[in-house]
Amino acid sequence: MAFESLSDRLSSIFKKIRGQAYLTEANMEEMLKEIRMALLEADVNFKVVKEFINSVKEKAIGEKVLTKVSPGQMITKIVHDEIVELLGADQCGLIFSPNGPTTIMLVGLQGTGKTTTAGKLARLLKRKMAKKVLLVAGDVYRPAAIDQLETIAKQVQVDFFTMGDKVSPVQIALKAQEKAKQEHYDVVIIDTAGRLQIDEKLMDELVDIQKTVKPQEVLLLVDAMAGQEAVNVAKAFHEKLSLTGMIMSKLDGDSRGGAALSIKHLTGIPIKYIGVGEKIEDLEVFYPDRMADRILGMGDVVSLVEKVAEEVDEKEAKKTVNKMMSGNYTLNDMLANLEQVKKFANSKFLSLIPGVKQQLNSIDFNQLDKRIKSIKAIINSMTPYEREHPEVLKNSRKLRIASGSGTSSMEINQLLKQFEAMKKQMKDLPSMMNNPKMRNMMNNYKR
Amino acid sequence: MGLFSFLKEKILKKDKKVQEKYVTGLDKSRKNFSSKLKTLSKKYQKINDQYFEELEEILIEADVGVALTMEIIEATRIDATNKGITSPEEINELIVDKMFVSYANSGDNIVNEIQFSKNGPTVLMVVGVNGVGKTTTIAKLAYRYQKMGKKVLLIAGDTFRAGATEQLRIWSERLNCLFVSGKENQDPASVAYDGVSLAKKENVDLVILDTAGRLQNKTNLMNELAKMKRVVAKEIEGAPQEIFLIIDANTGQNGVIQAKAFKECTSLTGVVITKMDGTSKGGIILAIRDELGIPVRFIGLGEKMDDLEEFDLDQYLYGLCLGGEE
Repeated sequence: MAFESLSDRLSSIFKKIRGQAYLTEANMEEMLKEIRMALLEADVNFKVVKEFINSVKEKAIGEKVLTKVSPGQMITKIVHDEIVELLGADQCGLIFSPNGPTTIMLVGLQGTGKTTTAGKLARLLKRKMAKKVLLVAGDVYRPAAIDQLETIAKQVQVDFFTMGDKVSPVQIALKAQEKAKQEHYDVVIIDTAGRLQIDEKLMDELVDIQKTVKPQEVLLLVDAMAGQEAVNVAKAFHEKLSLTGMIMSKLDGDSRGGAALSIKHLTGIPIKYIGVGEKIEDLEVFYPDRMADRILGMGDVVSLVEKVAEEVDEKEAKKTVNKMMSGNYTLNDMLANLEQVKKFANSKFLSLIPGVKQQLNSIDFNQLDKRIKSIKAIINSMTPYEREHPEVLKNSRKLRIASGSGTSSMEINQLLKQFEAMKKQMKDLPSMMNNPKMRNMMNNYKR
Repeated sequence: MGLFSFLKEKILKKDKKVQEKYVTGLDKSRKNFSSKLKTLSKKYQKINDQYFEELEEILIEADVGVALTMEIIEATRIDATNKGITSPEEINELIVDKMFVSYANSGDNIVNEIQFSKNGPTVLMVVGVNGVGKTTTIAKLAYRYQKMGKKVLLIAGDTFRAGATEQLRIWSERLNCLFVSGKENQDPASVAYDGVSLAKKENVDLVILDTAGRLQNKTNLMNELAKMKRVVAKEIEGAPQEIFLIIDANTGQNGVIQAKAFKECTSLTGVVITKMDGTSKGGIILAIRDELGIPVRFIGLGEKMDDLEEFDLDQYLYGLCLGGEE
């Protein structure tokens, strides 16, 4: 592996010092060097890395005398706190205008995801905050940019405003705002063309738009994969436009977004949202403390709980738990469970569970997917009666099911064995639940 | 210390226009890189450990990457000790020399232009992560080869992103070349199939197959690329002859991971670096070459149609370190 991700890398460093009793100058030196490398490989800006290392060093040395907790824990906490600091202390939301429509301008380099994010943001504002949103096509340069935004607007069911590509973006923005005022829109989102920060003509055009429509928010799109230059880009945009925030895109890739983190530190522009996937709902509010946890591989438990709540049908889950406890677990329930497992496996949140990140790398998801598929096929090829009473399955029935599901009776036997084993485990569940330790854990989860 | 003058001499013989493009296109990179080198050499009378540390910082800031930076610095340090070099200016020349050597030694010989097959259409597949400029680069490549008298067909293999097909269609109309597209969300492999079939019928010289942007850690999407490749190979033997990975020059160290993942799944034949003008550090060129041995074939130096240039290491280093000094 040429590069490990920042969290993998740091967690292996921490493992190294975890075993040692005291934090010595020597083992800290090595560790700091590793942290430096890891941060640099994660594209965190060089100057930020330098500052970061120095302040971790200072804090660690100061505390070494005072405490005798495990050095690993101590350093983890210090590094964690430093990263939170780097990311900015608090999460901050969008600023809405007290009267009349709120105008949001999206700006950035080419290909950072402005148009896609405009759609995602529109959906989020509509769905979660019940705002009436107008999407404005201000990119008159890139071929088909207008079509792209129009398609997205339809997808998220918000209104769309264009004047074609022959009108100046300043005019478009102004007319859109007028329309928004007359028709009582809550939010106007202006998509702009991508541009280089050194392109003076195009940068001035942005300034003109800003002067004309006076947006509450000017958000810079930053690609999570950006390198050391990202800081200079952000600075240039900030100088011209006094940005109110940034959105980090493409965080679902395997880059750690180090550069975007440095931007926050060096310019003070807060990160407001993060793009975590290609689907239109993949835009999330940014939480610095959660992000720090994620970077450190400590797992992002809060996001996890929210995700689970969003994706798992609670009633369905309760039903299965009750079934499990009562011992009436059937193949039908197993099928329902597998569906949920599949949902889990396909979604991103497995990687949010502490410690799972490393294990995930070793799981072959294609294999898992195939296995679930064939189990589904087998169970679906059974009659309802067979699913409730698997004990009636004898050879001839098995042959029928095998040919119906495109599997073999061997695979069916395997499945039945697995099912019996699961059932047996579930019978033991109630007694396990009465175990005080377990009860404690459950209570913790409820909180 | 012949490299500087050697480069300069070599460059002077080359096309003046291209040279200018490199010099202006790399303006920003140069200001960052060469002026930093200069400031550094003025700061120090003699080299010491701290000097090397600062050199290291300059290279890392240019996105050359930590590992390769260490390597280059180490090689320079050893060379300097052996030859007894102590003046900062000479060390700086040595460093450029090492960068040159690193690139030249890390892979096969470099042929930039697309290698056309002797008979039948040549297929170029274009891949990359989202937003690096695949479609625009395709238009530039089409323009380039049409000017050379080649008959070009564009296939809109990005059926996922809203407006992607439309974007390529507009380019094909502007360039007046053949164009094949599918329906929204149609299997891109089937669009590719339609495209290459038509290419055979129409005696096309160059087929350029656009693909949807994908992050390299999405297994399913990467498999889709492999499928497109297989479908094309079935229709035309030996195709796709060329597979270019497009990388945004703003990309940091993730560029190496990208190149690696795409290489594994599609066996790349080259890299095109886009958006080199203005913003770029472009050190990623060296890092990718060092790590994977894939050559950079073209670089994008501006927004105009003819702002796509063959990648030329001499020009690149000249533009980066020297150009426009006098």
